[in-house]
Amino acid sequence: MNTTTVNDATGHHDHDHDHAPEGFMRWLTSTNHKDIGSLYLWFSLFMFFFAGALAMLIRAELFQPGLQYFQPGVFNQLTTMHGLIMIFGAIMPALVGFANWQVPLMIGAPDMAFPRLNNWSFWLLPAAGTLLIATFFVPGGAISGGWTMYPPLYMQGGIAYDISILSVHILGISSIMGAINIIVTILNMRAPGMTLMKMPLFVWTWLITAFLLVAVMPVLACAITMLLTDRNFGTHFFDAAGGGDPIMFQHVFWFFGHPEVYIMILPSFGIVSTILPTFARKPLFGYVSMVYAVASIAILSFIVWAHHMFTTGMPLGGQLFFMYATMLISIPTGIKVFNWVATLWRGSITLETPMLFSLAFVILFTLGGFSGLVLALVPVDIQLQDTYYVVAHFHYVLFSGSAMAIMAGVYYWLPKWTGHMYDEKLGKVHFWVTAIAFNITFFPMHFLGLAGMPRRIPDYALQFADFNAIASVGGFLLGASQLLFLYIVIKCARGGAPAGNRPWDGADTLEWTLSSPPPYHSFVTPPLVK
Amino acid sequence: MSIPKYPDPRAGHTYCTWTIRILFALLAGLAPALARADFALNLPTPATGVAQDIYDLHTLILWICCAILVVVFIPMAIALLKHRKSVGHQAAKFHDNLAVEIIWTVIPILILISMIWPATKLVVSMKDVSKSDLTIKVTGYQWKWEYEYLGDNIRFMSNSSTPQAQIDGEQPKGEHYLLEVDRPLVVPAGKKVRLVLTSNDVIHAWWVPAFGVKQDAIPGFIRDTWFKVDQPGIYRGQCAELCGVKHGFMPVVVEVVTPEKFDAWKQEQKALVAAAAANAGKTYQMAELNAIGEKVYTANCAACHQANGVGIPGAFPALSGSKIATGDVAGHIDMVLNGKSPTAMAAFGKQLSDLDIAAVVTYERNKWDNKTGDLVQPADVAARRK
Repeated sequence: MNTTTVNDATGHHDHDHDHAPEGFMRWLTSTNHKDIGSLYLWFSLFMFFFAGALAMLIRAELFQPGLQYFQPGVFNQLTTMHGLIMIFGAIMPALVGFANWQVPLMIGAPDMAFPRLNNWSFWLLPAAGTLLIATFFVPGGAISGGWTMYPPLYMQGGIAYDISILSVHILGISSIMGAINIIVTILNMRAPGMTLMKMPLFVWTWLITAFLLVAVMPVLACAITMLLTDRNFGTHFFDAAGGGDPIMFQHVFWFFGHPEVYIMILPSFGIVSTILPTFARKPLFGYVSMVYAVASIAILSFIVWAHHMFTTGMPLGGQLFFMYATMLISIPTGIKVFNWVATLWRGSITLETPMLFSLAFVILFTLGGFSGLVLALVPVDIQLQDTYYVVAHFHYVLFSGSAMAIMAGVYYWLPKWTGHMYDEKLGKVHFWVTAIAFNITFFPMHFLGLAGMPRRIPDYALQFADFNAIASVGGFLLGASQLLFLYIVIKCARGGAPAGNRPWDGADTLEWTLSSPPPYHSFVTPPLVK
Repeated sequence: MSIPKYPDPRAGHTYCTWTIRILFALLAGLAPALARADFALNLPTPATGVAQDIYDLHTLILWICCAILVVVFIPMAIALLKHRKSVGHQAAKFHDNLAVEIIWTVIPILILISMIWPATKLVVSMKDVSKSDLTIKVTGYQWKWEYEYLGDNIRFMSNSSTPQAQIDGEQPKGEHYLLEVDRPLVVPAGKKVRLVLTSNDVIHAWWVPAFGVKQDAIPGFIRDTWFKVDQPGIYRGQCAELCGVKHGFMPVVVEVVTPEKFDAWKQEQKALVAAAAANAGKTYQMAELNAIGEKVYTANCAACHQANGVGIPGAFPALSGSKIATGDVAGHIDMVLNGKSPTAMAAFGKQLSDLDIAAVVTYERNKWDNKTGDLVQPADVAARRK
């Protein structure tokens, strides 16, 4: 996939950016996919640390039984906001940041299809994030009914509950606009010769994810709008006293919520599927089946939502249908894992930091997949629903899944984005501390859940004390080690050994044909893909 | 680059040794905790047939997962050790094989099909609430359970009985910290007990791990579930669905007794109900009402309005000096009886007796800055009930 044009690093072929504003106005008014991608990534890094700090407070309170630092109401605010901000503020924007940077670079395009829409998609985020964080300071404090916002509990809160609905609406609008932009870019702006089935897998996963976003964000918007009118305008969508049904909210919410889970993991699959072949120096095994597997996961994600609701007491037929459908998801997911292992098989493997994170992803995400299979079985789920087992499960797929894939991607593409190599030695320290601390934190939670500790509680019975203490120690280590990540990223952005066009000898996607950092309008002349 | 396995004293400068040293230091710091550890690794000992079947199903799926893990990760481990650039391994060029793709699609499907049968059978039996010997209505309240023995006129509240001082660390924690109640649910051994569940306010979930029973209690709807316990004893659980401030302090305790003891207990309860009815017209002194009122306040009101009556600004209003607690007595009684929808202020008329409400209203009107001197009798409350 060699290309015809390679611009020089300073991009003297471009003209319009010479007159672009400097300083803050450059970022506020930017329509450049790389600038906006960086904004997304910095925003998500900030939110990652903010929501991570909330997690540190949660682990501090749970270090031992009894109430030490927080009253239960405040504790519930911490867990709720940790979840909400990590999902909507950290993971999703980080992945959109990757899409912004990488999709045009990987398909040979000069920029995104709608640059101004792109600017607006990003700048909605700080507004929404500020609103969300500000709710900690309004009378009554932030929302505390869980990130899932179940009524009737959600009816009981103060002004923070209405502000949060507004904030999630804004985040949803941003996601929909971003998704439309990504779909249009991918379908219209690929380099000549790059047919759909020649697209890098990362682009494929984002194309499918973008369709998921367009399909389900409006559903979330509907659910929270009904909450808003129930709270303020006397409707009774979710109030049985007025003919409504609180369980209907859960159906609508999880019809959004389950595809949302795949919105957070599919692009991570794409990142890992890009990195593994690079460092195994061998093409991705089963490219076609990987594309079909991602597509089937996306389609199945629409028919499994009620597995989050087995304890609500749905009819037998409902429980069986959602159990079977959920078990089916393990088939395409398994195919992906098998393909990754086959990619490594008989490769010529080196273990740079992005590779280490990707390998940990494959192993730990698989563990999360297994606990997901355990939870798919209705009888076992009824025992484990709303326990720490579920907390362990979704952190294995969201932290060692999405977040560690994001870290892998950051290390992988930082040389391209900044033009400098990151500090490999520190990167590996960061990896090992993260991987070990993650398991100290979350593996014991499987045992806590099996033994019967409910989630979302500020205090617990004495038999849960020891594993909680271990999880807290691991949690503090995990939190502290991310400061190292911040240091490495800043250090790399400010300087370091020149990366050259293609620092990874096994990498063969289009972005590595450009200079590092790439010229202002990435591909001014479309490369020819054979 | 090699995968670190063990700390090597000769390699003190490498990052991996450094990491592992920190890890060991942390574990060493935990040693005192580990020495007295009670590390439950699995589901609790089952007390019902359903819980036993869940236990077995979980064990089965766990072993299947372990087997798949080994089959998948042994090749991965071999590749990571042998197929390395550092040992001179040259990359192969293959990238597709339809046969293996089909094999690793079909084999997992067969494994799943083998799982479906035991799981489905168990779901069907968990759903079968027919032929029950006894039906008990369970109502979730923020933050306690109400049990009503249908047809027997027995109805009572089950509150957490863990003292606040233990929660705040002012007293050593008891053996059943947070898993103890003032009045447990009492059921006969060897009988099929059907629970019908609903809620008065938000969604709760009634859960006893040893029974394998967890069922949401949903306001405005009735759900049912069942259990049959053969071994008499005390079984403990908790509310499993986030239900507000005191969600973590809403235990479930079930006392399973022999059928003979259960009948005796029922007679005792009926006698208590009759005695309470006989006391209905009685008038009480201020000191008596204040004493009862303080207990009722602590159990039902203090979570939001706080023990010192100042509430939590913005979330829960203060009672000390409030318009309602110092104004019209009837308005105050109405607020306690009917609550304030849709806030967390529950309608306590359904939960508390006339005496309890009279006592708590009296208490609130004479405590803190409220010096109204008003005395509210149970008959006053009865008169306000609609």
